[in-house]
Amino acid sequence: MSRAIRFAPLALLVLILAVLVWRLATPADTNVHSALEGKPLPAFNLPAIIPGKPALSSAELATGQPHLVNVFASWCVPCVTEVKVLQTLKDRGVHIEGIAVRDRPDDLADFLARNGDPYERIGSDPQSDVQISLGSSGVPESFVVDGKGVIRYQQIGPIDASDVPMILSKLEQAR
Amino acid sequence: MIAEAGLSALWLAAGLALLQLVLMVVALRSGADVRRAMRSIAVVQGVLTLIAFAMLLIVFARSDMSVALVFENSASNKPFIYKVAGAWGNHEGSMLMWVTILAVAGAFVAMLAHRTSERTLVAALGAQAVLALGFYAFLLIASNPFARLWPAPPDGQGLNPLLQDPGLAFHPPTLYLGYVGLSVAFSFAVGALLTGEVDSRLARAMRPWVLGAWILLTLGITAGSYWAYYELGWGGYWFWDPVENASLMPWLAATALLHSTNVLAARGALKAWTMMLAVIAFSMSMVGTFLVRSGILTSVHAFAIDPQRGTFLLALLAIYVGAAFALFAWRGSSLKEGAPFELVSRESGLVVNNLILTVILGVVFVGTLYPLFVEAVSGEKLSVGAPYFNAVAGPLALLLAVLVGVGPLLAWRRQRRPVLHRLQVPALLGATALAITFILWRDMHILPRLGFTVGAYLAAASILPLVGRNPLRAPVATWGMVVAHFGISVALVGMAANAAFSSERLAIAKPGDVLSVGPWLVQLTDVVPTAGKNWTAVEAELRAAKGAQLVTLTPQSRYYPDPPTQTNESSIRTFWNGQLYTVIGNQDASGAWQLRLWWKPFVTLIWAGGALIAIGGALALIGRLWRLAWRRRPSGDAEWRKERYA
Amino acid sequence: MRRLLLLVALIAAQPLFADSNLPPAYWANRQLPDPREEAQAQALMEQLRCLVCQGQSIADSDAELAGDMRDLVRRRIAAGDKPAAIRAWLIQRYGTWISYKPTAEPAAWPLWLAPLALLLVGAWMARRRIRVGRS
Repeated sequence: MSRAIRFAPLALLVLILAVLVWRLATPADTNVHSALEGKPLPAFNLPAIIPGKPALSSAELATGQPHLVNVFASWCVPCVTEVKVLQTLKDRGVHIEGIAVRDRPDDLADFLARNGDPYERIGSDPQSDVQISLGSSGVPESFVVDGKGVIRYQQIGPIDASDVPMILSKLEQAR
Repeated sequence: MIAEAGLSALWLAAGLALLQLVLMVVALRSGADVRRAMRSIAVVQGVLTLIAFAMLLIVFARSDMSVALVFENSASNKPFIYKVAGAWGNHEGSMLMWVTILAVAGAFVAMLAHRTSERTLVAALGAQAVLALGFYAFLLIASNPFARLWPAPPDGQGLNPLLQDPGLAFHPPTLYLGYVGLSVAFSFAVGALLTGEVDSRLARAMRPWVLGAWILLTLGITAGSYWAYYELGWGGYWFWDPVENASLMPWLAATALLHSTNVLAARGALKAWTMMLAVIAFSMSMVGTFLVRSGILTSVHAFAIDPQRGTFLLALLAIYVGAAFALFAWRGSSLKEGAPFELVSRESGLVVNNLILTVILGVVFVGTLYPLFVEAVSGEKLSVGAPYFNAVAGPLALLLAVLVGVGPLLAWRRQRRPVLHRLQVPALLGATALAITFILWRDMHILPRLGFTVGAYLAAASILPLVGRNPLRAPVATWGMVVAHFGISVALVGMAANAAFSSERLAIAKPGDVLSVGPWLVQLTDVVPTAGKNWTAVEAELRAAKGAQLVTLTPQSRYYPDPPTQTNESSIRTFWNGQLYTVIGNQDASGAWQLRLWWKPFVTLIWAGGALIAIGGALALIGRLWRLAWRRRPSGDAEWRKERYA
Repeated sequence: MRRLLLLVALIAAQPLFADSNLPPAYWANRQLPDPREEAQAQALMEQLRCLVCQGQSIADSDAELAGDMRDLVRRRIAAGDKPAAIRAWLIQRYGTWISYKPTAEPAAWPLWLAPLALLLVGAWMARRRIRVGRS
């Protein structure tokens, strides 16, 4: 039996072990990232959800200013604390738009009254249509969109106070 | 006390395993005669692990909450059978079961194996002890099943409701017996490579163990598939999920090993291939255990995930499999093969059989691990699922099934007379089935269509070895082969029928609504609350009618508080020609209920086929063991060691 | 242990994390009236990974997002879109992870070549075991 055949199983084993060790050392990221980072925002047109708050469409996100699009919901538990952090961002001059996923007007109005309202506009996405078209797979998530309507960064999970400097710098880069 | 007794037994057993290793090394180097000592130690080790496992079962049966494992996996309100089954429904308990089976298998080999040379037997027992040692270390250092909790809590956290099911009580022990049974083949291979005695004697000694493990794996996989089918509520029986693949790979290797061992036993040939398959089969068992417990692959079946324990298992895997492959690389050149086989002969047929089985195994292995490899190299996350496996393994399996009809008709050494004419009737049946599918169901997909064709052909072809002779005088082992191969055709037809003819009906229904699924009319008559020992549920009453037949089904949506989980209990009615499968979902705002109904013609053939395959294996095992006992009867027959082939 | 239980609870059983207050989308749990279209939709749904319960397809998953995706697939198929186009659209958004069927991209070629390669390697290794030709 040739050397190649005799040692092939061992060589194969080493390769497989290397891959398995790598995976144990660097655990998988279970978050699914949007593949649209660096790509233009898909066109959408969402209706308003509460009276007094304008609706949201993609056209309004390509007006020369960077925007932070926050995909959230009143039933989303981490959104409660995130809203406060968004408020501090708004105080720093960030334009924040919201997409309310699978939400009811009453529940949303209640949520904003209790926790604060940093949103300039909120669009209603009752069937996750726009959420899916953005490549978002959960709430809360946020997208930094530049002045030309290109998605520059996706934050999966709530924005903490400690993330604020990073978000601000992403918004700066998106000018 | 009982827990401590179990732990002490485990330590003693570990010590004995170490002693066995030492004895083996001494015997191989100095040629000392350690046979009797080795055998006795192996038996005592087996007894000690059995004691340890029994102690674990006792503390679970008594719901002794001072043992941490019982607290974490049981509760006093559970039905008794699930209290006991909870012993192995967790990581530590299942590892203890694993090592118990390893040690007990070693004990039985020590007591029963007599056809190998004593040197090889000693080496094999030593190898088995080394395997056990790693797991003893794992248990005693990192996964102590007998750890105590102080103070003892009043009651436990409960057992996952999905595990409170007879199917799932039965599934792990059967699979483990199979996986660990393959360790015997591994140890024999390692032992024989060490002593250099790879020959037909070894094959004959190994074969019953391979057969036994293979039968249990077949049963375990079939049972697991049926359990997933009725418990998980989506009417599927195989998802090519990584954990399912982890159980299929050892089975594929064991099937190839089984057939290869036959060639080694009959002709003393295929030495290298048989030894390599024996190593690979148990390696696949270990890879499977690692994949399931480490959590590195995304799976719906993931069990006892803990990356730390995964690392330990990976280390064991690396050591055992690496050592075995290194041994093969070192000793492989001493395995001398004889003359090549004639093209048309049983041996060649088995070589092709092995080749295809190994390719299927390779494809499943690649498909399962490829996403990891790609992510490691390029960072891209891609998925490999059912569409890939069906497209690749399906045709290979069909090709194999065609050859399965031919192989048993070939004679050993050289098939002189033409055999293809014997296959005329099966071929005709296959062609007829194919024609019927074209006439009646033009839109059928190609795979089910071929499944029907090959299934019909193989059903007839598999019986041919018994035709033209007195079936009652055929050896039981031949009956076994026929039944197992026939079982393949039954399973094929079942899979094809499920793929081609299943009808599904999803609807939102209020009581009084009537829905149709297949030839059945199903009416939702009522939805009522109900409760069991440790759960509450809503139960739908469905009346199904087809012609004059009227049946009632009661699917439930259950809620277990402890731990909080909601499950679907499907309601299934089985008829001679299929199953009516019903599931109730959630209620919507208007008070209507989500219903899922399936009519699955001939789906039970899938598991009936699996059972037949296992029965065939059992017949083959009984046949061989009986013949062995018969030949060993005290008749003064000096030829009793020789074996002839049917 | 809690992690294990939570994990197992998240799969075949209903997810018990926060759920929205709205009912499932219309086509999430209803079949299209045209059986051909429904069969196409069902076949596609079985090939798309649920992004919440990532061990299941969206056809089998109870997660809300899976329901919304099923609704999206059915609406699009009813509107005349081809399954391959819908799949490509979703891959554009979520990457190849969402498709259980490997795509035709170069990264997936080894997968499709593997069976052939294995057959050839195996046949080459077995070549000396079988004598082809007259005795």
